[in-house]
Amino acid sequence: MTRTTPGSGTALVLGATSDIGRAIARALAQAGWQLQLAARDSERLQREAADIGTRSAAPVQTLVFDALAPAADADWLATLAPLPDLAVCVIGLLGDQQQSERDAEAAARVMRSSYEAPALLLGALAARFAERGSGVLVGVSSVAGERGRASNYVYGSAKAGFTAYLSGLRARLATTGVHVVTVKPGFVRTRMTEGMALPRALTATPEAVGKAVERAVRKRQDVVFVLPIWRLIMLAIRHLPERLFKRVRL
Amino acid sequence: MRPCRVETAREAADVCRHIERAGEQTLIARGNGRAYGDAALNERLTLSMLGLDRLQRFDPNTGMLSCEAGVLLADVIATFLPRGWFPPVVPGTKFVTVGGMVAADVHGKNHHCDGTFGNHVESLLIATGDGRVRRCSRAEDPELFHATQGGMGLTGVILSVTFRLLPVASAFLESETVATRDLGQAMALFEAAEGANAWPFNVAWMDCVGAGSRRGRCVYSQGRFAAVDALPPARRRTPLAASPAAPLPMAWGAVSPFLRQGPMRAFNRLYYALSARSSRRSHRRNAAKHAGHTHFNPFFFPLDRLRSWNLAYGTKGFVQHQCVLPHAASRAGIEALLKEMDRAGQGAFLAVLKLFGAGNNAPMSFPMRGYTLALDLPMRRETPALLEALDAVVEAHGGRVYLAKDAHTTPRRLRQGYPGLDRFGDIRARVGSDAKFASALSRRLGL
Repeated sequence: MTRTTPGSGTALVLGATSDIGRAIARALAQAGWQLQLAARDSERLQREAADIGTRSAAPVQTLVFDALAPAADADWLATLAPLPDLAVCVIGLLGDQQQSERDAEAAARVMRSSYEAPALLLGALAARFAERGSGVLVGVSSVAGERGRASNYVYGSAKAGFTAYLSGLRARLATTGVHVVTVKPGFVRTRMTEGMALPRALTATPEAVGKAVERAVRKRQDVVFVLPIWRLIMLAIRHLPERLFKRVRL
Repeated sequence: MRPCRVETAREAADVCRHIERAGEQTLIARGNGRAYGDAALNERLTLSMLGLDRLQRFDPNTGMLSCEAGVLLADVIATFLPRGWFPPVVPGTKFVTVGGMVAADVHGKNHHCDGTFGNHVESLLIATGDGRVRRCSRAEDPELFHATQGGMGLTGVILSVTFRLLPVASAFLESETVATRDLGQAMALFEAAEGANAWPFNVAWMDCVGAGSRRGRCVYSQGRFAAVDALPPARRRTPLAASPAAPLPMAWGAVSPFLRQGPMRAFNRLYYALSARSSRRSHRRNAAKHAGHTHFNPFFFPLDRLRSWNLAYGTKGFVQHQCVLPHAASRAGIEALLKEMDRAGQGAFLAVLKLFGAGNNAPMSFPMRGYTLALDLPMRRETPALLEALDAVVEAHGGRVYLAKDAHTTPRRLRQGYPGLDRFGDIRARVGSDAKFASALSRRLGL
């Protein structure tokens, strides 16, 4: 079994122009990883690549792709040169819960962006990593997937699916030398949560997520909560009896 | 003044959108909010540039760095010092944005050798009031280029800055310190250093609280980046290691009551006594030179050690008064300024003196050849009257005040101090920025 030496290989970040994706890419570059950044918007992607490349004085590859384009998973992954040693998927869409309740297309977009696309992408990479016999896959899921809540269950259900997928993938690959990490950031101060009143003690910065991901890869952790308090909160939320849970506004 | 509406720009397109949407209204860009006065306040729209924090390009052959305007100086140093590069000019805190450094055309302890930050800027990208994004440099639209340096954000929103970093051998400075008897002796040291580039950094702390003959005495210090073989052996292996000590958290609420005349006098006396003792000692050892090695952080940014030092004076805050006086009038002017502080019975906790070299082409750039004196004054009921008296002295001696620090001066005095004011106004009008960009400062000064 070959192990990935931390910071010595190539890392692919899927969704690299999001605030969390950017912070993860920066943390990995700082730890010595060569980067491949993938995102939908070419101009924004170039901006992040220039920033990280200038900071690390190392070349950064960019790949423009749309996770929701049909059959997006297979084709372009074959063009990755080299095949990365680490792949981090930060793709997801919160959407607007009320809109998702009314509009099936909007709900489908949230579900596809937060479950279908990330799961299929990491699944396709997993096949290539397993063939090689090494690699680390990181899925950035969410504490929202721990239990469906009235306020965000469309997003939450997609993240629940993604979390379950990562858990199964990890178990399947446990003997192959390919490691799978699940990251549950909790609240993070980003564009996605801009304008929301988030409790300060429960809210992480994108930089903290970046550091947590780099550490999880280095230490081959399985499931990571960025702020430890979320593990307790979610434990409590998962164990509330449904009879009570359905009446609590969460 | 009413609270400002603050929006954060995340990319250049956001800036352009805000300029377009402003219509007949005005806005002003804001860096890291460290200007002392009202330069980055506009209640209709204050546009925070902290989201434009990407580095863009660096050429290790020339040291040329391009970055977005909201990049912090601290970020530039943390990224490039380990690779042997340092910004050519740094102000007294590293928690400023690069765009803010251009807009205030900041100076440092090396002004007499290297001029202002603007002197090292190669080109700028600016979103102007007419909706365009313009690139300017000494070759391309030099008028806009120079007007933007020191233009306090009034020529447009700076989006990107290209400037040259300088190679350094270590993160440490050799420094020496001399405690002077009086103002005259300190000035003689500045004059002696002017022609020689041996010590590119110099500054003096002045005792403005002491009574009688103590008032005006200085602790003069000079420094230069240390070569590796000038470092103690233990540091030679990793000369560029930035070892930033975490800022000390300060309970300023408990400290601010002590920033009063009595304790301030005691502090000033103690600081002078300690400096005098160490400079006497090094004289005795016949080693006045190479008196010590200082990490760049305490050398350039002594106050940054204390987290949120800008809150030290409590909720009422403090003001700074910084002026420059023409060289010939400097001695008389500084003595007159000291006399005004005496009369007001209010000292300055921190008073910093420096001799500037020649000024540059930028119409609103602050430095010119002569002495500059910066005073930290706690804000009290009688402070505006003191500021008025200080401004009158500056005017009488043909000097001018620094807009990044100013909170008090008047349109008439501004015009007297900055003869390039009309040229500045013409350039702003040409690019449609005169009616689009305004701040509390520009309204106060009729800019």
